[in-house]
Amino acid sequence: MAADPATLINWGLLALEPPGWGGVLLGGLLNSIKIAVGGYALGLVLGTGGAFGKLYGGPVLKDLLEVYTTLVRAIPELVLILLLYYAGTDLLNQLMAAMGYGPVDISGLAAGIFVIGVVQGAYSTEVLRGAIKAVPAGQIEAARAYGMSPVQIMRRITLPAMLPHAIPGLSNLWLIATKDTALLAVVGFSELTLVTRQAAGSTKAYLLFFCAAGALYLALTLVSNVIIRIIETRARRGMAAPA
Amino acid sequence: MKTALKTIALAAVIGFAGIGGAMAEQIKVGFAAEPYPPFASPDASGNWEGWEVEFMKAICAEAKLDCVVTPVAWDGIIPALTTNKIDMIVGSMSITPERLKTIDFSDKYYNTPTGIIGPKGAAFDATPESLAGKTIGVQVATIHQSYADKYFGGAGATIKEYQTQDEANNDLAAGRVDAVQADAIALDAFLQSDQGKDCCEHKGNVKDDPEILGAGVGVGLRKGETELKDKINAAIKAIRANGIYDTFSKKYFDFDIYGG
Amino acid sequence: MNGETGTIEATALTELPSGRDFLKPHRIILLAVAVIAVFCMAWFMRWDWIPEYAGRLAQGVGVTLLMLFSTCVLGFLFAVPLGLAQVTGPWPLKLLAKTFCTIIRGTPLLLQLWLLYYGLGSLFPQFPAIRESFLWPYLREAWPYGAAALTISFAAYEGEVMRGAFAGVPAGELEAARAYGMSRWKVFRRIWLPRAVHRALPTLNGETVLQLKSTPLVATITVIDVYAVISKIRQTTYLTYEPLLLLALIYLCLTAILVVAFRTLENKIPTRGA
Repeated sequence: MAADPATLINWGLLALEPPGWGGVLLGGLLNSIKIAVGGYALGLVLGTGGAFGKLYGGPVLKDLLEVYTTLVRAIPELVLILLLYYAGTDLLNQLMAAMGYGPVDISGLAAGIFVIGVVQGAYSTEVLRGAIKAVPAGQIEAARAYGMSPVQIMRRITLPAMLPHAIPGLSNLWLIATKDTALLAVVGFSELTLVTRQAAGSTKAYLLFFCAAGALYLALTLVSNVIIRIIETRARRGMAAPA
Repeated sequence: MKTALKTIALAAVIGFAGIGGAMAEQIKVGFAAEPYPPFASPDASGNWEGWEVEFMKAICAEAKLDCVVTPVAWDGIIPALTTNKIDMIVGSMSITPERLKTIDFSDKYYNTPTGIIGPKGAAFDATPESLAGKTIGVQVATIHQSYADKYFGGAGATIKEYQTQDEANNDLAAGRVDAVQADAIALDAFLQSDQGKDCCEHKGNVKDDPEILGAGVGVGLRKGETELKDKINAAIKAIRANGIYDTFSKKYFDFDIYGG
Repeated sequence: MNGETGTIEATALTELPSGRDFLKPHRIILLAVAVIAVFCMAWFMRWDWIPEYAGRLAQGVGVTLLMLFSTCVLGFLFAVPLGLAQVTGPWPLKLLAKTFCTIIRGTPLLLQLWLLYYGLGSLFPQFPAIRESFLWPYLREAWPYGAAALTISFAAYEGEVMRGAFAGVPAGELEAARAYGMSRWKVFRRIWLPRAVHRALPTLNGETVLQLKSTPLVATITVIDVYAVISKIRQTTYLTYEPLLLLALIYLCLTAILVVAFRTLENKIPTRGA
């Protein structure tokens, strides 16, 4: 085989229409984004609950949350994904059976979102907890003195006041979420990395397809960075410039 | 801020909506997500094609099952079956005594010998003695891995495990393994490809060991699902009898894949 | 890039839950529940395969640790010039270092690993010069690619940290060194580098834990680390949960050891004056 660059790179393979694999790659990217968005949102919900639980919950809740965040942050995502992917569906179905319902059909997409969400939840718990602690205690006390209920305090004072502190950590988590979706390739979910591998295996153009997928991921990160910067400047309005 | 929170809540609801899903009525057919030509591989438009895909369609039509294809990572395909992620495996899975301890199988639907390929001009055949000291590539969690571990690994060869057959073949072409063991038909497809034509040739078929290599390929099923098993067995018989099996097999092979 | 060095640190596990005031009444109940759960797992699940694979598991852990430490040390050595180039380098070097960090941090490690092994690695044999060189026996193996990918990734993440660390050394200290008549090289060797490394040390803990969590990825390119051994057990025993639970336990222990070791190390290094 000649090592001539012109024959090594067959750009036609990236065409959007078959026989090019570009369309398949973009479909995979779409799946990756869906999972990242869903998993990130689920992680935020879990993280908000977790952060408030860790700060204001009872002793048992605090301990359980500590176990959750420690375990998830100590075990490799790849292992967690495998465990949750099989155990998650299995447990849910057994639960449904115990409650007298039939088995539930869980799509690969939902399972992927669940897995990424649980992993993200532990990290966002820590990020949000740090951000909430950065809200001056006096503001919360003042709100309490005004007779606000805990829910009102959370909605009107704590959440808005902590967001600027949380945004750097949360944006970092979003970037991690987009890259963690690649791990779902190992359980056979058709996201960008897996379809890339399939395309590369079928055409033997390994280098071309992996570079193309890398460019797509990089584009996703760079676009995210631009959006993050806009959000950051908006959230920092009215605050002193960072030291 | 309020709108931001609303967006987050909305996104969460959308995320959960997927989990609700429909109650299971369809039969989810597990395919290995790794391309395995000529049996099953995705084409450039993302559809799966190959002999086994046609076989699956014929079976489902014959047994009047509503089948949906669900690609699953090959090395986790048995756990996926036992944890109800899929309802049957159509993935060139050989019926072996070891697998029968965990799952059930339909009758066999094809059977082929196991072959060894290597670089052109390399002087070895498919015997443990001549492969001693060599590196042999196999796909993980296959009968070939078990066989190579027992016969070649025991005789001093190094076994290298790959997630996909394509990658094992690719590494043979790249000279990173000395030989590849797999299903003779799948290897033949590789040897006829551009990459395989240049580099490699068939070195021989291995000595049979029914205990490991099994008695042909069957549809993998959960234990205790006799109703589904009976339906599948009847469907295999029917398409063998009415000629459908031969019709689509001729598109891929010039010999009888069903075997003896 | 959002270059705040604190953000990565904030999410990585860097300390274990405190052991002080451990035994409170509710904890005793929780512990009892945990003990019962562990007992049920030990009793109702199948663990008879452990003795058979114990040797291979230990070997796998060895490979994992070897991968972890070699790539962390190598990666850190690359991170220093990467960070320095971004702070003081001439603009082409600056741009190069920044692009490198952005690309590596912007793509999944799994993809980089496959790109190196299946992409780049399968090109090598087409060049007879490489195939006949002394390097070929190593290039045939999988571990150099795994080590390379992990090193590159660690260098890129830690390079970003080093950039912040170099930039954060107070200018007054460097000026004082200059005023003593030290040469540029001497200032760098005696003041700038040690102060920057000192500033970056706290992040090393978190980065090393994250690196440990990345090592199982090398199993996908046929390196036999502890994850690969467990995969093998899963395939031969057809057990779904037990091997994975053991694997989780192994990583949990490794992380705990890392965190404790770093804590002890940090306590030994005086941190007066940030």
